[in-house]
Amino acid sequence: MKVFLGDLVLIQGSIMKKDDRSRINCIFENFVTFLRKCTFCVLSVGPIPEHIAYIMDGNRRYAKKQNLIEGTGHRVGFLALMSMLKYCYEMGVRYVTIYAFSIDNFKRRPEEVQSLMDLMQEKIEGLMEEESIVNRYGVRVHFLGNLKLLSEPVRLAAERAMVATANNSKAVLSICVAYNSTNEIVHAVEKACEEKWEEISLLNASGSGYGLIGLECIEKDEGENLIKLIDIEKHMYVSVAPDPDILIRTSGETRLSNFLLWQSAYCYLYSTPVLWPEIGFRHLLWAILNFQRNHFYLEKKRKQL
Amino acid sequence: MICLLTLPPVPLELKSPLSFRTRAQQQHSHPFSQTLRSHTVPHKTLTGGGTATTTVANVALSEHNDLNAAEEGEPLPAELNEELMPNHVAVIMDGNGRWAKQRGLPTSAGHQAGSRSLRELVEICCKWGIRVLTVFAFSYDNWIRPKVEVDFLMNLFEREIKSQMQKFVSEGIRISVIGDSSKLPQSLQKLISDAEEKTKDNSRFQLIVAASYSGKYDIVQACKSLACKVKDGVIQLEDISESLVEQELETNCTEYPYPDLLIRTSGELRVSNFLLWQLAYTEFFFVKELWPDFGKAEFVEALISFQQRQRRYGARLS
Repeated sequence: MKVFLGDLVLIQGSIMKKDDRSRINCIFENFVTFLRKCTFCVLSVGPIPEHIAYIMDGNRRYAKKQNLIEGTGHRVGFLALMSMLKYCYEMGVRYVTIYAFSIDNFKRRPEEVQSLMDLMQEKIEGLMEEESIVNRYGVRVHFLGNLKLLSEPVRLAAERAMVATANNSKAVLSICVAYNSTNEIVHAVEKACEEKWEEISLLNASGSGYGLIGLECIEKDEGENLIKLIDIEKHMYVSVAPDPDILIRTSGETRLSNFLLWQSAYCYLYSTPVLWPEIGFRHLLWAILNFQRNHFYLEKKRKQL
Repeated sequence: MICLLTLPPVPLELKSPLSFRTRAQQQHSHPFSQTLRSHTVPHKTLTGGGTATTTVANVALSEHNDLNAAEEGEPLPAELNEELMPNHVAVIMDGNGRWAKQRGLPTSAGHQAGSRSLRELVEICCKWGIRVLTVFAFSYDNWIRPKVEVDFLMNLFEREIKSQMQKFVSEGIRISVIGDSSKLPQSLQKLISDAEEKTKDNSRFQLIVAASYSGKYDIVQACKSLACKVKDGVIQLEDISESLVEQELETNCTEYPYPDLLIRTSGELRVSNFLLWQLAYTEFFFVKELWPDFGKAEFVEALISFQQRQRRYGARLS
């Protein structure tokens, strides 16, 4: 009996300890969130970027470094992504774009590609849950890329997610999957040509085509009227967001790897040696501070001209 | 040096697709050179901690092995591996104005000093077997600069072409100019046209000067060419592909349209509307030094960093 009672007391004690622990954790978390929000207040004295793009590099290297089984790096990377999204949306960054899967990545081993696709499907479905970050922050999700290259279950999950979040309007998350910037540009060029061709055909049919169809357009002047920069830009997949202000790449590589080539023409490129699953608040903070310093310098230069 | 380059409209014969390497070909071996080799080279991690051996693949090899540095009397520094030299280097020559301001000199002095840096770099690249050097002399966005500065740069460029012309011819250097030439002075347009014509058969080294250039403009003009071809029935809409777009870009004047390495001086971390399409897999190297202070030592540092990079092009190295 005593032993039994003792066990009950022990169990009760450990439950209470568990309650205390979770209470303490909660308080600690709230305190950290409060500190973070204070930091954002200070940061917002300077310009806060409207759009941040991420190349999430280093998941596999992280798994190797931590002696984890293959594939775990990407799962930890997903958790890092959720944290980064939280920080961005708390800070007031309206648009976040991530390079989730490149068309070039299909060249990897089929097992790795399949496990990434499975992970993606699982996480996309997770995003639709009530308590997920997209609902908490009113995020509209877009999947950008050549979605026809994805397997059907993933593509359907992506389409469902886009429909489910279509009414969210506080922030935007663009997930580039089966994406490649050169592929995007070719697609935009194709669409622009198609649109112009239809326009000209229609104009000619109605008799007001100004004889454009009949002219040989070798001369630059006539070519000028045919396609403009804006015609191409509006057909880009990533036209759902303005051009990024910062492009952050982890794992120390300094290259774009065919990501947002057009949109990053004037973007601040920030490369950090930390592996993606290890990225945290301080890395984002450092990136923003550097961006702000550079922004002030550019403004000064512009005023001088 | 931020040279203002105004280009005459590139003659049609130069715009037609020459035999050039597609991105796939540039990544892999050329028929005249050896196939891809794997090397085990000491690899310094970018965090600066320790070294680890790593296998480097996807190396761009020079097809003209007879152009190695030893024959030119300028051996490669010991830290550099001849087989890992880039074929095509691109440079954003930024910082002339700041260099001059730091010394209390007028901006023109900065551009003058910058032109010396460029001459030195061309010489080094020639000697070390780099095949193409593309320099961002003047952006389309730079036209808003003060007229005095713009005019000075026009004159500087004219003087430079005239003074270097003999050297280009005697050393087998081909000069090409890309960008919207229509805004350049007529005299400069003519000079450029003549220079391109005189050197078009030179094959040892190619200097591509981007003047009045915009990466977006390059893609738009490629799109216009393709639109015209579709309209004229030369190609179908469905035929538009990455390789067709590549052939219409202004970098179709070279066999190596994709830079392996991009260097930007003065500490700015951006591409500023330089080659956009062509930089898809280029390794970037940002340097704090201002362009007039960029010399051999800084270039070697950039090359060392380049040679340590693992270029995977989206795949995995096993």
